[in-house]
Amino acid sequence: MTAAMAAVKPSPKDYASDQEIRWCPGCGDYAILKAVLKTLADVEAKPEQTVFVSGIGCAARFPYYISTYGFHTIHGRAPAVATGVKLANPDLDVWVVSGDGDALSIGGNHLLHLLRRNLDVQFLLFNNEIYGLTKGQYSPTSHAGTRTPSSPTGSVESPVSATAFALGAGARFVARAIDTAQAHLLAVLKQAHGHRGASFVEIFQNCLVYNDGVHDAFADRSVAAEMQVLAEHGQPLVFGKDRDKALRLVPGQLTLETVSIGRDGVGEEDILVHDQTNRALAGLLAAMQPPAMPVALGVLYCDPALSYDHAVTAQTSAGPARTGDLSEIMRAGSTWTVKG
Amino acid sequence: MEGSAALDGGREKRRVLESAVVRFAGDSGDGMQLTGGRFTLETALAGNDLATFPDFPAEIRAPVGTTYGVSAFQINFGARKIMTAGDRVDVLVAMNPAALKVNLLDVTPTGLLIVDTGAFTDRNLRKAGYESNPLTDGTLGDRRVIEADMSQRTLEALKESGLSKKDSLRCKNMWALGLVYWMFDRDRNSTTEWLGGKFAARPDLAQGAVAALNAGHAFGETAELSGELNAYSVPAAHLAPGLYRNVTGNQAMSWGLIAGTALAEIRMVFCSYPITPASGLLHLLAAQKDRGIVTFQAEDEIAAACSAIGASYAGALGVTSSSGPGVALKSEALGLAIATELPLVLINTQRAGPSTGLPTKTEQSDLFQAVFGRNADSELVVIAARSPSDCFACAIEAVRLAIKYMTPVIVLSDGYIANASEPWVLPEIESYPKFPVKFREDPEGFHPFVRDPETLARAWAVPGTPGLEHRIGGLERDADSGNISYDPANHQRMTDLRAEKIAGVAKDIPEQAFEDTPCEGGVLVVGWGSTFGPINRAVSKLRGAGLPVSHIHLRHIWPLPSNLGGLLRRYDRILVPEMNRGQLATLLRGEYLVPAESLSKVNGKPFLIAELEAAIRARLES
Repeated sequence: MTAAMAAVKPSPKDYASDQEIRWCPGCGDYAILKAVLKTLADVEAKPEQTVFVSGIGCAARFPYYISTYGFHTIHGRAPAVATGVKLANPDLDVWVVSGDGDALSIGGNHLLHLLRRNLDVQFLLFNNEIYGLTKGQYSPTSHAGTRTPSSPTGSVESPVSATAFALGAGARFVARAIDTAQAHLLAVLKQAHGHRGASFVEIFQNCLVYNDGVHDAFADRSVAAEMQVLAEHGQPLVFGKDRDKALRLVPGQLTLETVSIGRDGVGEEDILVHDQTNRALAGLLAAMQPPAMPVALGVLYCDPALSYDHAVTAQTSAGPARTGDLSEIMRAGSTWTVKG
Repeated sequence: MEGSAALDGGREKRRVLESAVVRFAGDSGDGMQLTGGRFTLETALAGNDLATFPDFPAEIRAPVGTTYGVSAFQINFGARKIMTAGDRVDVLVAMNPAALKVNLLDVTPTGLLIVDTGAFTDRNLRKAGYESNPLTDGTLGDRRVIEADMSQRTLEALKESGLSKKDSLRCKNMWALGLVYWMFDRDRNSTTEWLGGKFAARPDLAQGAVAALNAGHAFGETAELSGELNAYSVPAAHLAPGLYRNVTGNQAMSWGLIAGTALAEIRMVFCSYPITPASGLLHLLAAQKDRGIVTFQAEDEIAAACSAIGASYAGALGVTSSSGPGVALKSEALGLAIATELPLVLINTQRAGPSTGLPTKTEQSDLFQAVFGRNADSELVVIAARSPSDCFACAIEAVRLAIKYMTPVIVLSDGYIANASEPWVLPEIESYPKFPVKFREDPEGFHPFVRDPETLARAWAVPGTPGLEHRIGGLERDADSGNISYDPANHQRMTDLRAEKIAGVAKDIPEQAFEDTPCEGGVLVVGWGSTFGPINRAVSKLRGAGLPVSHIHLRHIWPLPSNLGGLLRRYDRILVPEMNRGQLATLLRGEYLVPAESLSKVNGKPFLIAELEAAIRARLES
């Protein structure tokens, strides 16, 4: 982006790099890249203040395709690198881009700590439930029974829920979106960007080559209306093509159920209203799975708190250290003089 | 004890010694490190040169009375230059049978033992593995023994203090210290003052400790009057004039890092994960947050290295620290720093291994790990500190080279250097030449791997700089644009460039010098790191005896000094003492095809001067 363009509103292509994109044709990553570029343009991000940090995997190639600062690091460690970036310069606007293997398998520990510390970054987890770049092994989010070259008779592992993990780690902003649902993804990304502290976004992403259609049970356009609940703070949790279905807290039980509005005596007062500051509700929403329940999307939880980098800054005086200070430090305590 | 002679005149008759070695030993909870630390300070204030060696178990509070729970602190002090903590112990303070058992063999045959007989109960004797009482069964040989029921005497001295029995007994170490103060004519005032400050919240405890200190001292005076005990005097050493303080390796390293980043005018972000014996650095630097130092206790070793790299990427100097097993975890991250050519300083406080090994015991066995321990051709700079105070200069040098050459630099310290201490003339840091960092700001002709033609360092362009937005990463990159490149010729070129850059550092470091005027012929002793003290002392003793021995001590392990090969080739006999199985010896043979012979020791303790003397003599005679 040149200085001349600063006066006019930037467009998504101003944030695209000149590098040839090397994802497979039809990959969900293209749609996510498009939404991120649009987000950057809409929030008028300063390219020199913006940093994309990634680990390893298909998703991790993301920084090369954006014209801001970018750092493609090592497998699973992007959260740690991003932490160092923010410790050195808390004013930078940092995005971490990761996949389900990168963030929840090899890098699970770092994601846990980034979230609990509440580092002020946007963390995007592209979940396609498969290892793509290593040619199709099952991942920590793959459903039990997934057949891959490393699980030819079906995986026997229970998958981890990325969103439940984030809530358990103490994240203060947890959201979900789908790669191809552009308008909704864009809205979620903007909210993530506006949130101070760690903003965790799980993006359901399709891998055309190794796991095509894995999210179809709720993401496919033909079932979307019936199988998705778009959570919005202060709004009733209603869904369905005719907006006639809703979520209700089962009286006397800590569970959710779907109900049809106007049937079986269900009135509007029975419908659960989304409260994004309610962590327990976010947990219930995150646990809903098809086919029995729709999948909850949008900002499931948002309750800001002081971010780690700002807390550290508050404890630390402005650097760098000065030699005069060091002289003082070295002379504190017991010293003695030997005369010549 | 060296150079003993009676000193007449004055109120007291004290035997004059040139040097003495004292070791305090007791349970981990007996406060032996603190006791030794106070004795060290009083000794420094009395004008002696000195070296200390704390030796403590990995367990925090091992079961009371057991041999594996013994913690010891040794000090060698003298009227001459002191190079090591001492081969043999002249005075051993043993607070219980286990402490006696573990340390007795290190005491000279005519040495002095001060034992707390109150702790020599049947139960404690059994715990220490003694079948009969060593104080009476001849175990001690010709050694002289001062038997004192320190527990009982401390309780008596404190009976008016109002302290509980438990609190009173906590002052037992001060009783022992008071006795040793008397023995070596040490002043008690600064310790008294210090106790008042340390226990400011418990004035009763402070008063009790002072009472115990005085009681121990009085015991010495009384014993002397009755002729049971000798008192000694170790005159002040001829030290260079200046303002001194006592410094441990960890302290000097932390200050060197602060000094380096202050001289470079760059913020330090210190990222570490707790590990023995390296954690001290994190503690020392975390206490300096109000001086512009950012410290980060990461979730693991890998995160510590990666966050340091992230900090360097964003325009600070990332520093990480650990010990061998932790450094192993950081090795992939080091590769990233090498590939992306970012500055990084890694302090490795080596310990005995492999794996968990002996966490609190010293070794120099990570040289291969530092020089070679990564996948692929991945060179970086390696520097080794020779003594506690030398850590200061090494840390500054590491910061300078990391920034100037855009490379990771590993500084090798070890468990001995980190915890040992020595007197140090405080440097006039404000008069050191600065080397301010220069970030790239000009977009004209910029790409992230555009290089300085002289140093081959790439441009350092940090986020926040308009017009220099760029992407870097672990994938191989084109030498002319910085973009991802899988081109075969480019990979050859980039691999060569990375190696050439590190090799070029040799032009920027001092030529290797001998420690003293070299002898022609005879034996050349080549050392590195913390073996400096014993090698230096052994060599100077042999030269004093007229034997042809020379000493080279390396600070720069990689790249090696450019003139080193020429110096080595002047000798037919090259001996390389190392606390490992011969890693530097192998490196020197590989680099220079010289007949370097390894002298290896890996028992967790530093070389003794005597064993080096014997080894060198054997080479001279063969």
